[in-house]
Amino acid sequence: MNLNDLPDSRGHFGPYGGIFVAETLMAALEELRVEYDKARKDPAFMAEYAYELKHYVGRPSPVYHAKRLSEQYGGAQIYLKREDLNHTGAHKINNTIGQALLARRMGKKRVIAETGAGQHGVASATVAARYGMECVVYMGEEDVQRQAPNVFRMKLLGATVVPVSSGSKTLKDALNEAMRDWVTNVESTFYILGTAAGPHPYPMLVRDFQCVIGNEAIAQMQELTGRQPDCVVACVGGGSNAIGIFHPYLAHPEVRLIGVEAGGSGVESGKHAATLTAGTPGVLHGFRSYLMQDENGQIIETHSVSAGLDYPGVGPEHAWLKDAHKAEYIAVNDDEALAAFHDLCRFEGIIPALESSHALAQAKKLAPTLKKEQIILVNLSGRGDKDINTVARISGIQL
Amino acid sequence: MSRISSTFARIKGEGKKALIPFITAGDPGKGYTVPLMHALVEAGVDIIELGVPFSDPMADGPVIQRASERALANKVSLRDVLAMVAEFRKTNTDTPVVLMGYANPVEHMGYEAFAKAASEAGVDGVLTVDIPPEESLGVADVFKAHGLDPIFLLSPTTPESRVAEVAKAAGGFVYYVSLKGVTGSANLDTEDVARKIAMIRSHCALPVGVGFGIRDAQTAEAIARIADAVVVGSRIVGEIESAPEDEVVTRVKYLVEALRRGVDAAAK
Repeated sequence: MNLNDLPDSRGHFGPYGGIFVAETLMAALEELRVEYDKARKDPAFMAEYAYELKHYVGRPSPVYHAKRLSEQYGGAQIYLKREDLNHTGAHKINNTIGQALLARRMGKKRVIAETGAGQHGVASATVAARYGMECVVYMGEEDVQRQAPNVFRMKLLGATVVPVSSGSKTLKDALNEAMRDWVTNVESTFYILGTAAGPHPYPMLVRDFQCVIGNEAIAQMQELTGRQPDCVVACVGGGSNAIGIFHPYLAHPEVRLIGVEAGGSGVESGKHAATLTAGTPGVLHGFRSYLMQDENGQIIETHSVSAGLDYPGVGPEHAWLKDAHKAEYIAVNDDEALAAFHDLCRFEGIIPALESSHALAQAKKLAPTLKKEQIILVNLSGRGDKDINTVARISGIQL
Repeated sequence: MSRISSTFARIKGEGKKALIPFITAGDPGKGYTVPLMHALVEAGVDIIELGVPFSDPMADGPVIQRASERALANKVSLRDVLAMVAEFRKTNTDTPVVLMGYANPVEHMGYEAFAKAASEAGVDGVLTVDIPPEESLGVADVFKAHGLDPIFLLSPTTPESRVAEVAKAAGGFVYYVSLKGVTGSANLDTEDVARKIAMIRSHCALPVGVGFGIRDAQTAEAIARIADAVVVGSRIVGEIESAPEDEVVTRVKYLVEALRRGVDAAAK
């Protein structure tokens, strides 16, 4: 089977993916599938998407050789794909631009989104302002408290932020509430889903919009180093930045692909979000994949220092890549991610997002096991300005 | 003939329409569910829909979400729900019971193991909200093989071209969700519902139940004039939520008796 042909026509990546939603959404998902299929074959649509990425987002994002960090870690050379330099500070905007253009094409004037840390919410509010659309963002009540600067940012951009108080009051509940809004307002509203998960065609279209990361990286690595890296490392929550860089690299099977999940206080502690490492297959939020669940099939709460990785599911393509041994998935704990966060600040002058710090922590472990001429490419998916309050709190510093 | 089909046949013979209440199993506590089921039968219902609690009820509004949360706080599992049905069946072998819930608890138990256990417990039909016919991939066949009717939803957004396909996978009856939105939404347009039901009947021989937005005897009567069955959920679950614990069963019975009179008024 050619992995680039996945998913199949109904959104399956092997046993994963699919369309597990209530009947009311079936027609809307079919409409989206048909419209996206037309859009991606429409040169005018793709040209506008490319134009926006270049002139509004600031792409291509550079690949940077982190020499001092590489020396410090002693071993392989570490390169960073700088998604943190995108407008709004993370890879999320690659996807929200694409989906907003689709929404406009479909005549939808209202967009909704779910958000955890607030990065996807900000990226959605940004494109809604850019294209003149009404925007409603659902955010767990707990996250609204934890991520106050991003809440204000969304409001500045003209979005309405709705705190969600059901369930665990976090990202998964925000997603439930966004789905409920969509079911109610399905004809007027476009749901901008933030990660490569959810019912078909979302995992596919989010992946496609994020593949700009990997496609650029392949060309940039060739230009910079004359070859491709030995390993590509990316953090995985829902998995959109990782699939964006992994998917194009599937054409280079000699490159090891390593997805890094949130180990929280340690996988053995039970307080983590390492879905692929420690979860089991099931159905949630419209698709089948690995989930964090109890012995009765109820979804359990996850834990991570990084709000963006704090999700009990994972994109279905990652589940498939894991089972097919096309990518490896491991977990990195909160304390390891924090140490890597500080390393990048001090040795390279770059403040990384706590999500991306998980990938950096894995590079830190991996580099000394490799030779000096070997190369690790880390997807630096976002910048860490949003996390400074969290890091200060953990360090016992009052800002 | 399944217990659901024979129930619809009997009701039709009597010139009446079916009343189908929904309650969440284990709400407000594990011990309430079987007495509530018997009280519903005494109040004159024809089929009971029993909600299986789930941590992420995406298609439900706040009232049923809270019922699910209360039940999960009481540690109610899918196995507990099946035990409740088995308990109910000790003294009632006539009233069909339909389990309504989400895919994951069933998937986690395994479809075959679930179907066998549900059948043995005396369950008659299963509605998994987030498994549309396209994804049932043999699930509906597994249910049918164990004598369980797979119940599917139809909605205002279901295109006509799809109705026949859904009907082909379904058993027992089809459940027309009369509104876009989650459970507990308001503002029912009965004329619009009537047009949709006529369209559904032209592609589907199964009885058509209608739910969402039915709050009192009046709306129950209006829907009973056009559908084969009237499904009431959030209104009953809301009554369970607001009643003092020692009055839950009597208050629900009183409410459902009024809904019954509404449904029967349509037959006169």
